[in-house]
Amino acid sequence: MNCCNEKPVIALYSGEKLCKSHFTEYFENKVFKTIRQFELLDKEENLGVALSGGKDSLTVLHILNRLSQQNPKIKTNAIAIDEGIQNYRDKTLEKAKEFCNKNNIKLDIFSYKEEFGLTLDEMLKILDVKPCNICGIFRRYLLNKKSKELKLTKLATGHNLDDECQSILMNQIKNSIEASARLGPKVGIAQDDKFVQRIKPLYLCTEKEVTTYAFISGLLDEFNECPNVSQSFRAKVRDMLNELENKFPGTKYSIVNSFLQTLPLLKQKFKDGAIKVCIKCNEPSANDVCNACVYLEKLRKRVVVN
Amino acid sequence: MMNVSVFIDRENKTIQLNNISIVSDLLKKLNINPVTVIVSRNNELILEDEKLKDNDEVKILSVISGG
Repeated sequence: MNCCNEKPVIALYSGEKLCKSHFTEYFENKVFKTIRQFELLDKEENLGVALSGGKDSLTVLHILNRLSQQNPKIKTNAIAIDEGIQNYRDKTLEKAKEFCNKNNIKLDIFSYKEEFGLTLDEMLKILDVKPCNICGIFRRYLLNKKSKELKLTKLATGHNLDDECQSILMNQIKNSIEASARLGPKVGIAQDDKFVQRIKPLYLCTEKEVTTYAFISGLLDEFNECPNVSQSFRAKVRDMLNELENKFPGTKYSIVNSFLQTLPLLKQKFKDGAIKVCIKCNEPSANDVCNACVYLEKLRKRVVVN
Repeated sequence: MMNVSVFIDRENKTIQLNNISIVSDLLKKLNINPVTVIVSRNNELILEDEKLKDNDEVKILSVISGG
């Protein structure tokens, strides 16, 4: 069923086909509804958007920046991490800088090289580890630390429905239920001053919807996949979910919606787990020493030995 | 038969299809899951049931990014 006489640009899983303007309205309304439904924003915010320059983070920044223009009490800034992934991050960061310049958005960039002394590419030559694991640990560490330094009240990320669905299944497969308790449109089990609250405005948007919105909004003209992603467990789960979605449309919505019904129970179950502080860096940690410091120590030892 | 020029993974390919083919036939021939891509012709998005024509130039863009 078509929305109107205009040519459709997307078919939703319900079978409805939407033209460019109706899809834009549908998508933006869905993001605003997600923000309201899950109370992602307060009346006043000094909001940060974790910007990679990829389609998801550009889309979330594009929409939140428009919200800022309508409501000056919501201030939107961008924060980017340069992991040092040659022929990937350098390109997406160019896109990020261009977008922020054009839209007059303050952008702060922090790099692994400056903060840790090595790029991710250099780290992977030294340590035999899965790239996404080590990269995720350092990225989350820097985003939280720098968001606090920048006095950001919340940090919005470009995580979409596909990302969440993958995380839910990955945690089930690995029996990491406590990790699932930290998922949801508002990240974390309990609010704590050690963390800048992370929020996911694209929580209910599929990756295909985000890409379609980014395409018709002129947010990017080329899609890049991180060279390390194909090695990840996430990529295998992603492919499996896409096969299921193709055969049984609506699978991803069903998984996330049923998860949302159990999420309050999970958060309740794990709410008493104390958040410690790393004895080396003072950043939040599940153990005495945080994972970032553990890896940094390993890297230092290997660099000295070699 | 007809020829459709396809831009995918930064490469141009020419794919031969029968005359009544639609986008989903092209994706099947290339073994691509339609959930994972968007397809454009003349910089306009087209859906899986769109009819293709001889000498069409089509771009297949992966929705998967990041890492």
